[in-house]
Amino acid sequence: MISHRKTVTAWLLLTPMIVIILGVSGYPLIKTIYFSLTGAKLIAPDMTSIWVGFDNYIRALSSSKFREAIWHTTYFAVISVGVEMVIGVLVALLLNEAFKGRTLLRAMLILPLALPTVVNAMMWRLIYNPDFGALNALLLQFGMLDAYRSWLGDPASALDMVILADVWKNFPLVALIALAALQTVPKDLYEAATLDGAGVWNRFWRITLPAIMGPLSVALVLRTIEAFKVFDIIYVMTRGGPASSTKTVSFYVYQEAFAYMRVGSGASYALIVVLISASLIAGYMYLIRKQGEV
Amino acid sequence: MKIKNILKGAVFGVFAVSGAAHAEVTLNALFMAQAAYSEDDIRNMTEDFKSANPGVNVNVELVPYEALHDKIVLSQSANGYDVVLYDVIWPAEFAQYQLLENVTDRVDADTRKGILDGAWTTVEYDGSLYGMPWIADTKFLFYNKEMLKKAGFDTPPATWAELESQAKAIKDKGIVDYPLVWSWSQSEAAICDYTTILSGMGGQFLDADGKPAFNTGGGLKALEYMVDTIDDGLTNPNSREYLEEDVRRVFSSGQAAFALNWGYMYNLANDPAESQVAGHVGIAPAPGTAGISTASAVNGSMGLGIPTKSEHKEEAWKYIQFLTSQKVQDQYAKLSLPVWEASYSNPDVIKGQEPFVDAAKTSLAVMAPRPTMAAYQEASSVLQEALQNAMLGTQTPADALNGAAEAIGDIQ
Repeated sequence: MISHRKTVTAWLLLTPMIVIILGVSGYPLIKTIYFSLTGAKLIAPDMTSIWVGFDNYIRALSSSKFREAIWHTTYFAVISVGVEMVIGVLVALLLNEAFKGRTLLRAMLILPLALPTVVNAMMWRLIYNPDFGALNALLLQFGMLDAYRSWLGDPASALDMVILADVWKNFPLVALIALAALQTVPKDLYEAATLDGAGVWNRFWRITLPAIMGPLSVALVLRTIEAFKVFDIIYVMTRGGPASSTKTVSFYVYQEAFAYMRVGSGASYALIVVLISASLIAGYMYLIRKQGEV
Repeated sequence: MKIKNILKGAVFGVFAVSGAAHAEVTLNALFMAQAAYSEDDIRNMTEDFKSANPGVNVNVELVPYEALHDKIVLSQSANGYDVVLYDVIWPAEFAQYQLLENVTDRVDADTRKGILDGAWTTVEYDGSLYGMPWIADTKFLFYNKEMLKKAGFDTPPATWAELESQAKAIKDKGIVDYPLVWSWSQSEAAICDYTTILSGMGGQFLDADGKPAFNTGGGLKALEYMVDTIDDGLTNPNSREYLEEDVRRVFSSGQAAFALNWGYMYNLANDPAESQVAGHVGIAPAPGTAGISTASAVNGSMGLGIPTKSEHKEEAWKYIQFLTSQKVQDQYAKLSLPVWEASYSNPDVIKGQEPFVDAAKTSLAVMAPRPTMAAYQEASSVLQEALQNAMLGTQTPADALNGAAEAIGDIQ
């Protein structure tokens, strides 16, 4: 009897929160799912939404442009997150060592993170500028380039250049998380391992990496979700060009829903993206849990 | 009696106060920060309007052209703006979604007669007016007189073929690396340049049945011409990522002999504070094609409209009437020429910029429209991608345009 009353109290106390969560994320989600099954337009005073069933999804999946956009996004996410993880861990290892100026370097690590994405994108656009950009000047002075070139105007390099700008901004997040995790690894483990004759490489693979894997996988999941929905840096740096070689799914969804005003099919595109990121996250979760069991 | 009077006075006073508070209206106005009027011009005009209309306040917001369309559309659900600047290519779409107030009945006969016909097409759709024309503009050919003289040319090219041969001579003499610069990034700016050349080469966007026709005749020749000038090293290859302001920067720093750009560049490129080639800048109508045309131009005009959701339509219309009045337009005619016919014979407008006004008289008369279609934004972005593919060499001009024509046919 008492436990029943407790349950009721608990539900009563939780109700406001549940209502808020359902209102804030549940309602928009359901509305989006509903939209994706209609031919809804962004602003159509006299047009009632027309039910189209799964037509939007069929059209999305059979569109070669959308598949291209998915490929660009996947490429962006895999490369940028991969590079961020590697650089982040390396920098964290460095900053975990005691040396002069370490505090200053650690403080400087925050700088790219603190920069708004739009400002970062504008900054890199200037760096890449084909006429007076710093990157051209630098490479030319070091003799690595014969003449100034257009970095964002060439479909072969544009996406990689956007990735570089994104990596510069976001690797510090990985580095900070890794650094925090590194400081919890007991020093005596290393001493014991050294006595047993383990080299630097072995110590990293068998002690450091497993010890920071948990926090690192959180960073991995966060960054992957972020990278998969990349929009602002693309919007500012290339607007999807040249020749649509940097058009990612989020940019595609934006165009469909807001520039062409087809909210219905825009919603179906967006939900496909959500499905992809959700399965990625599920995959990560499975891997992390499996690791915990070992 | 006295008390009654006091009461009367009090009641009257309250009314007067609330009346004054009611008259205090704030308009939200959306403009672009790219070509035509500068931010300073727009703010100064607005200040003049405010001092002439006490009780009306105006918030001026400027966005890049690339963001203008989406901003207008999205603000509709948020009830955002009272006055918006919009491009000649949008009225079809805006009319379909009832985004802008139909102002046909507000425009009197004198105004209709006084403004250039080409400017009216900016705001007209299906026989109704959705605002007032404000910017009458097209793409002009700018040239560096000094460079032309060094290469032995006294006059700017009259045909596109001549432009190519003059550019080649300038390059061969080593006067400048890349004589031509354009705004050919994946954007509407590239469509404007393409339309200019297409019109001069006798091309058509759509045929008589409204089906895409730019993949044949002058439309195909125009893109082939663009690609040839890149392949021959005459066009600055970075043009493929330039917008109008990049073109101005390159031309003003003396790195190009020719540039295609909007009229606003004339006075800026001749201003020593903004340009290293000040005093050497010539302006001419974009060239034509022997036997087909004497000049080329695209209708790049823009208008001011009132969103249907605005709650201050009367004040908004007053503000629009003020901005588009001949008096204000003549006063700020350095970066954007007026839409009024009479302005072109007003000495105050012409003085100091005779070549600009002369070129405009020719160009504004031959402006070619971009296609009128409700799905213009989508059709344009399909074509933008096709132009890029051809210019970057991933597709031949014919393949790129055929693909775009097919895709645009499907959209229609």
